[in-house]
Amino acid sequence: MILFVEQALNGLQYGSMLFLLASGLTLIFGIMGVINLTHGAFYMVGAYSAAFAVLSTGSFLVGIAAALIGAGLYAVLVEVAVVQWLYRRDHLYQVLATLGLILFTNEAVSLIFGRRPPLMDIPPFLQGSVPLLPGLDYPLMRIAFIVTGALVAIGLWALVNHTRVGMLIRAGADDREMVDALGVNIRRLYTLVFGLGGALCGLAGVMAAPLLAIEIGMGERVLITTFVVIVVGGVGSVRGALVGALLVGMVDSLGRAYIPQLLQLSLPASTADTLGAGLVSASIYVLMAIVLLVRPNGLLPARG
Amino acid sequence: MNRSAFTRRMIVASLASAAAMPMTQSAFAQAGASAPVTIGFITTLSTPAGYIGEDIRAGFQLALTDGKLGGVPVNLAIEDDALKPANAKQAADRLIQSGVKLFTGVNFSNVLAAVVPGVLESGGYYVSLNPGPSSFAGERCHRNYFVASYQNDAFHEAAGLAANRLGYKRVALLAPNYQAGRDALEGFKRTFKGEITGEIYTKLDQTDFSVELARVRSLAPEAIYQFHPGGAGINFAKQYANAGLAKSIPMLIPAFSMDAHMVGATGDAADGIYASALWTPEATTPASKAFVEAFRKAYSRTPTMYAQQAYDTANLIGSALKAVNGDIAKQDEFRKALRAAQFTAVRGKFSFGPNQHPVQDYYLTKFEKLPSGEIVQTMVRKIAEDYGDAYAAQCKLN
Repeated sequence: MILFVEQALNGLQYGSMLFLLASGLTLIFGIMGVINLTHGAFYMVGAYSAAFAVLSTGSFLVGIAAALIGAGLYAVLVEVAVVQWLYRRDHLYQVLATLGLILFTNEAVSLIFGRRPPLMDIPPFLQGSVPLLPGLDYPLMRIAFIVTGALVAIGLWALVNHTRVGMLIRAGADDREMVDALGVNIRRLYTLVFGLGGALCGLAGVMAAPLLAIEIGMGERVLITTFVVIVVGGVGSVRGALVGALLVGMVDSLGRAYIPQLLQLSLPASTADTLGAGLVSASIYVLMAIVLLVRPNGLLPARG
Repeated sequence: MNRSAFTRRMIVASLASAAAMPMTQSAFAQAGASAPVTIGFITTLSTPAGYIGEDIRAGFQLALTDGKLGGVPVNLAIEDDALKPANAKQAADRLIQSGVKLFTGVNFSNVLAAVVPGVLESGGYYVSLNPGPSSFAGERCHRNYFVASYQNDAFHEAAGLAANRLGYKRVALLAPNYQAGRDALEGFKRTFKGEITGEIYTKLDQTDFSVELARVRSLAPEAIYQFHPGGAGINFAKQYANAGLAKSIPMLIPAFSMDAHMVGATGDAADGIYASALWTPEATTPASKAFVEAFRKAYSRTPTMYAQQAYDTANLIGSALKAVNGDIAKQDEFRKALRAAQFTAVRGKFSFGPNQHPVQDYYLTKFEKLPSGEIVQTMVRKIAEDYGDAYAAQCKLN
């Protein structure tokens, strides 16, 4: 029972991280129709910016600011310099250009920050673990991660549903030309959304940096899972990103925890371990396939 | 039309002769004892693993004095494989075409598997300075293939022996679900005498181990043995410490899961980890002290085990070049000199077994935090003496 609760919390924490990455990606994809493979690179830029800010100032709050600004500004730069020329192009051009940007970003980061991975410790006020149930101590840093994800979800919901910018975002997603014709600077709105998506990645980066190692190429690892999340949740909707992220996080965590053990009940240990490991790797893709069979547009698509 | 066909033939002919030129030139070069011997040095200099190649190159070059190895002038043809077997194969083919006979430098088993067959088929030599995959250690061993580092399984077997010496009775194992990960756990189980409470396989690109750590906690073993190379190894150690497991369940690893470079990124979480190893920068032999000092002076950093292995390999090659006075066309003599391994190894004792893989000593080491805050890898005790590998018996050389 305690193991199950702990694994569910792990799933929730992984889901939070996926939500931070997927919400920005789904806005960019859903509203602008751009496939942006550079999205994972914003996460890396955020983690590196945070690590170097923390190393030079010693303050985790400065690190958070550095991650948000670093990743957000880099996203704006990418939009202005490259992506804005690709809105009307085929997806193939977008994939090629943003794939090139991944390689460029990886090299640029290793030139600026060096190949040696920087070290970022968990800030003192988030160190250690707290007792949640008798016999279950859960790391404070991971709880903070879950809380951050929840706060961002609430904030995004308020932004999209209860502000003028949110109204324009929703309108722009439905009919770009109409919003443009009404005198709204849609170009600037797109740049803003891109920057917001980057900043959310930066937030994921600064929260992940003390838990996971910071390294060149760390963004590509999470990128595919992030795409799985928005496909499961439904392209273009923040609610879909939230549901998809939690679902993928839970399936991945509980699968990793229980599939090998369930197989061990009926198979010899070594076969069960190897087979289980294979099934675990496939679990989120199986989930995606099932969702696509039942609801081809994802669970909560933005339109229809 | 006649004229154009003629020109085309001219071009083809000149291209062909241009292609043949380097071959004849280097054929002359290899024959003359005073001309430099070219060593094909294919390694990984880019990608996140690029620091390994940089240390390998630095270690190898440190062994050169005035561009000479064993008194013989050498010329290093350095190529970056970007950790892609196809790149490495292309570079090797190009070097073979231009007449290079002696190769080294590769730092990953999968890349090695792409380079070695071509080199051996062309009648060349390969001396490995890091990977020693089981595929070339047994039946497919070759008289021109030498491994100067270790056979891949040996580190894990040594770790199993170390676990016995540390008195662990119940151990949980963790490794990524791919060939090297499964080999690692098999190697450990080959020598470990206690009970395996669980084998947990992780995803190859996994970065968060919270789920596996919760399982380790519920299995409650006396210790764990885990093999996660590169960034995953850093993550694992950090998360292990953060989950509070490091205090209650000791961690044992093979040395390449936590090299001197990774310790910097792992920080205090590395404190207390045990590792099986051939050598550490803290070794007290005169050869090791001189090497570490020279390396620090030349590059202002502490050498990793990769640099040490490259340095030893360079000296091994130097000893053989000296024996034939740089004329590696004297095949039998060159091979014999390599097998004799007449050089002072930084790691201590070194000799070749019947499959031309090392027979050497393995140590239990521990990462410990000094009062200064620096984390060093100290020698605890020798755990295996004159240790070869499990495949030597299947190798039929000579």
